[in-house]
Amino acid sequence: MKKNLLFVLIIVLSTISCTDNSNNSFNQANISFNFKHNWDGTSITNSDFNTIKFINSNGENLSIERLRYLISKITFTTSAGEKLVFNDYNLVDLTYASNLSYNLITTIPIGTYNNVSFTFGFDNDANYNGNYADLNSVSWNVPAMLGGGYHFMQLEGKFTDNNTQETGYAYHVIRAVDNTGDSLIFEDTFFEVNFGSVTISDDTIFNIEMNIAEWFKNPNTWDLKVLNNMLMPNYDAQIMMFENGQNVFSLESIEQ
Amino acid sequence: MKKLAIHILLIIFIILSCSNEDVQQYAPTPSLLKIPELFENNILKPVIPSDNQQTVEGIELGKKLFFDPILSGDKTLACADCHAPENAFTDSSRFSEGIDGSLGKRNSMPLFNLAWNYDENFFWDGGTFSLEHQAFIPVSDPTEMKNSWKQLQQELQKHPEYPNLFQKAFGTSKIDSTLVTKAIAQFERTLISANSKFDKYLLGEVILTPEEVDGFNIFMEETKGDCFHCHGSDKNPLWTDNIFHNNGLDETFTDLGLGTITGDPADNGKFKSPSLRNLIFTAPYMHDGRFTTIDEVINHYSEGLKNSSTIDPLMKKVAQGGVGLSIQEKSNLKAFLLALSDYDFIGNPDFIND
Ligand code: HEC
Ligand code: HEC
Repeated sequence: MKKNLLFVLIIVLSTISCTDNSNNSFNQANISFNFKHNWDGTSITNSDFNTIKFINSNGENLSIERLRYLISKITFTTSAGEKLVFNDYNLVDLTYASNLSYNLITTIPIGTYNNVSFTFGFDNDANYNGNYADLNSVSWNVPAMLGGGYHFMQLEGKFTDNNTQETGYAYHVIRAVDNTGDSLIFEDTFFEVNFGSVTISDDTIFNIEMNIAEWFKNPNTWDLKVLNNMLMPNYDAQIMMFENGQNVFSLESIEQ
Repeated sequence: MKKLAIHILLIIFIILSCSNEDVQQYAPTPSLLKIPELFENNILKPVIPSDNQQTVEGIELGKKLFFDPILSGDKTLACADCHAPENAFTDSSRFSEGIDGSLGKRNSMPLFNLAWNYDENFFWDGGTFSLEHQAFIPVSDPTEMKNSWKQLQQELQKHPEYPNLFQKAFGTSKIDSTLVTKAIAQFERTLISANSKFDKYLLGEVILTPEEVDGFNIFMEETKGDCFHCHGSDKNPLWTDNIFHNNGLDETFTDLGLGTITGDPADNGKFKSPSLRNLIFTAPYMHDGRFTTIDEVINHYSEGLKNSSTIDPLMKKVAQGGVGLSIQEKSNLKAFLLALSDYDFIGNPDFIND
């Protein structure tokens, strides 16, 4: 069956390519997103991992050993206010340099869009109403006792405080939950990242930057000595992560 | 025009297939892996290489080879001697003896759910890629079967049964090392364990004791055991992430683990997280079999952690020795771990030598 479809597709494609060999014959463009990372402007790849070489705004020296995070619901808003929403997600894993580039599954019409955005993490619908085999297989889940669903980010490494012994930290972002009472009390911590208006005239690559230092900086100066581990059930820490996350992403450039 | 071409093609195909009829292309019988319900519901499909599909005849041949000491240099040692069904396909010694009594430096590994090791990195240090490649190694390893592939091929070729079995499995009676490893890998992929008490609990078929429930909570709670980040969960019923970590066994390393393979000092002392299924059958524990009981393992995580530069950040509270569980918590955690024992797996007649 699949083979047949492929066959049909090939025929359709070759027919199309006969009549017009430009990419956007239907005024459609392929869209992809590259995820790049920096520490206050200095670019980071996984070859920068495992050595203590970064300083956060609280003055702690730290390393990164693992970084993976989830983005979902890439959305293009037309000038008429119509939203093209991609109900898909991408788990970026800088540790193994996987999914650093992500192509939208379909093309979008060329034109000017008022806004391009994605969701950091999962909104509640995606978080609780889906069981995702690929995410489960890489142990991305949140325990049921914290409401279930999925992690939004795992940033791990070591830090030192005035050259004392190295201590591990696990900066794990999830939906904030207070599990100290009889029932769980939640606060949403996923957020929309907006990149503003863009004109799509051809196939387009969005280069997205994450400034990892921002997670430790603004508005909450992060004190790793106090907040380094067991942060998942720490409601207040999750709220602070949410606040600090607001400025970590930026659109570095657009390639067309 | 195009239509005509397709018609002509079709006719050619038909003619070809007609004239082929008397040649009778032999094909072994496909045998799909039986994917357990919990796996089907929660995790990705198993990895089966396109050039080594599972077949009834291939699996049968692989099983025979797995249990046959003909694979070893002096015909005394089978895969199954270090990977015994009653031990969930590992053995009970700390280091296994090769044919001449020499000891390896690592604990044998249990074999199950191997087709779900998505990255296909096998061994404690991930040093071989894919099951097919893995099976090449023990045969000629001097501390294990100490055979030569050339000699083994000859022995199998003049054996009264094997040429016929290879004929049935692969359509050729000409035996070579590639086909031997393919057959063994097919058998290994059938070793599926997914029928423990905890699996049945997740499927709603049984209930757990309060101790087991509490133990599972300790396993999942970040402020308690916090085991789930590396060892799976109700949503990842493999009970491993198949990733390499330093879980705080040593301050200095005699075995570099993943570091031997990558050459990166940041990987020193990292080993693959083992699955926590079937622990009751698989003692001793860790890559060097240093712990003889599950209690010792739990004590390690609770208060025995050793710091080193590559220790995993998730091994928190190293300074205090570990997560510090109470006696009751330790005992409940153990009760939960034991609920991952799959007695049907070790008793499965398909997996036992007949
Ligand atoms: C002398 C004992 C011994 C024999 C014989 C032996 N093995 Fe092993 N096996 C081991 C040990 C020890 C390891 C772990 C080695 C390491 O990590 O360096 C291992 C690891 C493995 C693994 C990796 C499992 C994983 O999850 O990564 C597989 C698969 C395996 N053996 C299959 C076989 C097969 C197939 C045979 C026969 C061809 C065989 N073994 C023969 C001792 C043995
Ligand atoms: C940072 C990841 C990580 C965490 C968290 C972790 N483990 Fe492990 N575990 C490992 C690794 C890696 C090994 C193998 C280490 C080796 O042999 O060098 C292992 C080995 C084991 C073994 C031995 C299994 C065998 O077949 O040899 C058991 C049992 C175990 N862990 C239980 C637990 C429990 C219980 C917890 C929670 C208290 C836990 N682990 C937390 C990574 C982890």
